[in-house]
Amino acid sequence: MNRIFPLVCLAVFASVPLWLKDPYLLNALITTGIFIIGAMSMNLLLGFTGQLSLGHIAFFGIGAYVSALTSLGYDVPIYGDFHIVHTPWPPIAGFVLAVVISGFCGYMVGKLSFRVRGAYFVIVTISFAEVVRLVALNWVELTQGPLALTNIPSITIGLPGLGYLVLKTKLQNYYLVLAVAAVSYFLISRLVHSHYGRAMRGLMENETLAVSVGIDVTKALTLTAVISAAIAGAAGSLYAHYIRIIDPEVFAFISTVTMVIMVVSGGKGSLAGPVVGGVIFGLLPVLLRPIMAPEAQWITYGLVLIAILFVLPRGIVPALAPKLGFGRPQTKPKPVVMTERTAEEHA
Amino acid sequence: MTEAVLSIEHVGVQFGGLIAIADMNFHVGQGEIVSLIGPNGAGKTTAFNVMTGFLTPTKGAVKYCGQDLRGLKPHEIADLGLIRTFQRTSVFPNDTVFDNVLIGLHRQGKLGLLEAILRLPRARASEQALRERATELVRLVGLEARAHELAGSLSYGEQRLVGVALALAAQPKMLLMDEPVSGMNASETHTFVQLIRRIRDSGITILLVEHDMPMVMSVSDRIVVLNYGRIIAEGSPDEIRNNPAVIEAYLGQSAKDVVKEIAVHA
Repeated sequence: MNRIFPLVCLAVFASVPLWLKDPYLLNALITTGIFIIGAMSMNLLLGFTGQLSLGHIAFFGIGAYVSALTSLGYDVPIYGDFHIVHTPWPPIAGFVLAVVISGFCGYMVGKLSFRVRGAYFVIVTISFAEVVRLVALNWVELTQGPLALTNIPSITIGLPGLGYLVLKTKLQNYYLVLAVAAVSYFLISRLVHSHYGRAMRGLMENETLAVSVGIDVTKALTLTAVISAAIAGAAGSLYAHYIRIIDPEVFAFISTVTMVIMVVSGGKGSLAGPVVGGVIFGLLPVLLRPIMAPEAQWITYGLVLIAILFVLPRGIVPALAPKLGFGRPQTKPKPVVMTERTAEEHA
Repeated sequence: MTEAVLSIEHVGVQFGGLIAIADMNFHVGQGEIVSLIGPNGAGKTTAFNVMTGFLTPTKGAVKYCGQDLRGLKPHEIADLGLIRTFQRTSVFPNDTVFDNVLIGLHRQGKLGLLEAILRLPRARASEQALRERATELVRLVGLEARAHELAGSLSYGEQRLVGVALALAAQPKMLLMDEPVSGMNASETHTFVQLIRRIRDSGITILLVEHDMPMVMSVSDRIVVLNYGRIIAEGSPDEIRNNPAVIEAYLGQSAKDVVKEIAVHA
């Protein structure tokens, strides 16, 4: 059941464009999908190690800019007559670089901030995101600043023997996002079920004990941060090549908050949580738009969030999964009849 | 006397002006069960924290198998095979007993990231071996009936057993146990003593910190007594039982006179 269910969901998502022809809704699904990938990467850190990265959008934005600049090329004066010139590469190379460089940024932030954790990590990540945003805004020679990078090419996939496939249409991009989301889900699922995942869980539950059995805290957390940032970078790259224009607004704090809302409402620490939360809060504004005034939309959005967290404080998936027969098998709490039993056994 | 596994060489620990340990000097030999006892505040837990790298001594050195532990982080000391259990925090409460032990087996399951994610044959074989070992360890501490319950839902005594299984999972050459039987009733303590002996018989050296005197007397090969951060006595359980300094430390000066009087009148 646990193994088949994600595949069933994947099949359902894959079938959506077959019956949903409205381009506006398909567009909403694609951007929601991209944010769900971001939320999944955040969930890896927040849900499985307990570290809240409130600057998570930085990795997303870095991925977007790296990918865009790699495929657009640039000519940046550094000092005097010295220029760094980059001729455009195929967008797919941009995607790969986005993953690598975002992952590297995750490594740096993790290495620096996991000496101090909890609130300090939150502050370091917020500051990091703000610094990156300011760089994107002010380094006009590289990023065009507020003028935005435009005409970012769509992702092109080389098919051996068949030439190139440019993913320009919404339908193609929908499947691209779905594929990246599926791979990310698979990666995260395998990771948290491996002994790396057990080390993370141990650290979150009882750090002192985890250390005492030989788990290296900094290493485990940094590794998680790298993978989390790399996946966020992949999402950012998809965003850049789909929207095809990016400006420093991609670093907006509200985007991080949106991801936190997706993760927390869906259920942090559960693999499906960000997907469920993401579908709800990604599509809610789209569904409310035709029937409400803008102010009322946001009020409703807030009310739905409060209602979910009030009724299901641990999130939707952890609350509902056991009732539907999913999730980790947990025996129901039995009355403790400990002392007599052991006494008899060893009498 | 066999060769020393752990030697504490003139260790002192100071927190600002407070001297937690003045001068501590003793060793634990291969295969021994040694107990560290002393009244509350004598510096026992501080001594433990120094030995396992959670605290750095102000002076002196802790040597494990001849290697100075100064500057090593707790997880690095654990990697050397010197594993501890804790006085209070002893389990991962939101995981099952079985998963607790699996987390404890971390040191033995080290795999490459790609291997783990792709579940290559080696990763699957290693996972299988870990699960078998975990089952074995859960059985060793006698918790097989509760293997799939959340560790946090177990009774206090059972949680201590999980703590021991976790520590054993880390493949110790030497085990440091901080008040393992506190909070246990008499029959649980009895079972636990047998478990400690079994662990020692499997070749693991044990250092205990414990308050339960009957337990300490029955299980230890040697006892080291601390008071006010100093070692005031060291010897076999019988020697310690009759040592006037120990009686004084535990019962006070006047009590010593009473004991003497009793001895005179007897």
